[in-house]
Amino acid sequence: MFVHALWATVYISIVAQVLGIILGLIAALMRMSNFRPLRFLSGAYVLVFRGTPVLVQIMFIWLIIPGRTVGFGAFTLKQEVFAGILALGVNEGAYMREIIRAGIDSIDKGQMEAGKSLGMRYGAIMRRIVLPQAARVIVPPLGNEFNNMMKTSSLVYIIGVYELFSDAEQVFSSSGNVAPFIAVAFWYLVLTSIWSIVQASIERRLAVSEHGDELSLRERAVAVWTEGGGVSRLGDWPFGAGGRWRGRS
Amino acid sequence: MTSSPEGLVLRATEVHKHFGRLHILKGVSLDVRPRETVCIIGTSGSGKTTFLRCINHLEKIDGGSIEVNGHPIGYRMKNGRLVEDSERNISRQRTEIGFVFQRFNLFPHKTALENVTEAPIQVRGVSKQEAVSDAEKLLARVGLADKKDTYPGKLSGGQQQRVAIARALAMKPALMLFDEPTSALDPEVTGEVLDVMEELAHEGTTMIVVTHEMGFAKRAADRVVMMDEGVIIEEGSPEHFFESPTHERTKAFLSKIL
Ligand SMILES: Nc1ncnc2c1ncn2[C@@H]1O[C@H](COP(=O)(O)OP(=O)(O)OP(=O)(O)O)[C@@H](O)[C@H]1O
Ligand SMILES: [Mg+2]
Repeated sequence: MFVHALWATVYISIVAQVLGIILGLIAALMRMSNFRPLRFLSGAYVLVFRGTPVLVQIMFIWLIIPGRTVGFGAFTLKQEVFAGILALGVNEGAYMREIIRAGIDSIDKGQMEAGKSLGMRYGAIMRRIVLPQAARVIVPPLGNEFNNMMKTSSLVYIIGVYELFSDAEQVFSSSGNVAPFIAVAFWYLVLTSIWSIVQASIERRLAVSEHGDELSLRERAVAVWTEGGGVSRLGDWPFGAGGRWRGRS
Repeated sequence: MTSSPEGLVLRATEVHKHFGRLHILKGVSLDVRPRETVCIIGTSGSGKTTFLRCINHLEKIDGGSIEVNGHPIGYRMKNGRLVEDSERNISRQRTEIGFVFQRFNLFPHKTALENVTEAPIQVRGVSKQEAVSDAEKLLARVGLADKKDTYPGKLSGGQQQRVAIARALAMKPALMLFDEPTSALDPEVTGEVLDVMEELAHEGTTMIVVTHEMGFAKRAADRVVMMDEGVIIEEGSPEHFFESPTHERTKAFLSKIL
């Protein structure tokens, strides 16, 4: 059972984060549009989802989604799991919009103009020129977002989703023993630590084309524990902006 | 690379441009014939960059017209009125116009070769193989055959600008625009860039070069135009500018930079 709970946390966090990235990208592009209603919609989205507690959003979305399951065939989810992922993802999108926008803003507008003057169209310039460069700026705070996501996903226990925290909560209710919470804290720590190592490696890889030497796995692991997370070494970043987003909320 | 009936590559007529309430271009007219090299000189803020940017529609114009190879740039007639063209058409028109920026604007996440092949592959739909072989020739032509796999960050300013020139040439444009291509460079490397440009000029590339390098103008330009406060105040051969400039402001300007 416990393995299921662990898997549920990982799975919910990943899907919600991916959803958040997609929504954040769409909202960021809408924000930069020349068409006012799109900019307005993007602004309203961020205002609402950053301005209200994620717990309320989870409850609300859970309440408005009908049925016991959502989807079809192999893509069927329990209603509460679907609602939980949707709520976490939509909430995350509002934060990702700012991160993605900051990433895009950090790219010199000469890049867009160079693309235009070669006859490239907006979509192609974004996809091939701007976003790949913005990724270097986006990835560090994105990694922090995912770290938060794994922990925040515990809130979906409130709508009856079975995951790490609710597993501990169930054991606690039946036994009155505080130990399950210590165990669950440990497992969150394991997840976030693994993620920090993955994150550091992704960041290294992104930076490697312009910065020579790569860190070994051991050095990465050491850096994670001594510098408290994958966002270490931001100073090396060519665009340097990433650090701003460290530890929001 | 067909020419318009009049045989002009560029026909700019009475171009006006405002930034807010500032009137920056006040009726600039310039015709450029095939194979011609025109140098634009003028004091800072006179509108040289703005004029070049209007030519490939990086800036919208408020009045007048710009045609490249007989096609109006950025605007088309619709129900008897001039409206801004679609992004698709503007992009297509820009493939005819190469632009070399003061600050290079190379794509830093792509190698020199990838910088050059990007647009031919993405925009023209040229096969990768063909684009690479063309790009290698172009890089050799600007003297950087051995740097093709180097990222811009590892190139000197002069080398970066030469890659930028190769990148623009890869689209085989009918008109090349250069906006002070050497002014961001260390003096000791301006020569290598100017040499490449001079060669292009002698090979018959049609180009407009904003520059204060009067030596280059003398060697490469067919015509020099002097801009001042949003208008062209004087126009003539390089010799004319060296020997007998007529306008007071031209004389003052030249005495400062020569
Ligand atoms: N986007 C803009 N918004 C407002 N004003 C602008 C903008 N771009 C240029 N200007 C103004 O227009 C004027 C002409 O600028 P432009 O860059 O065309 O001059 P220039 O002749 O290229 O000068 P330089 O030799 O310094 O490059 C300047 O006064 C400048 O401040
Ligand atoms: Mg200028």
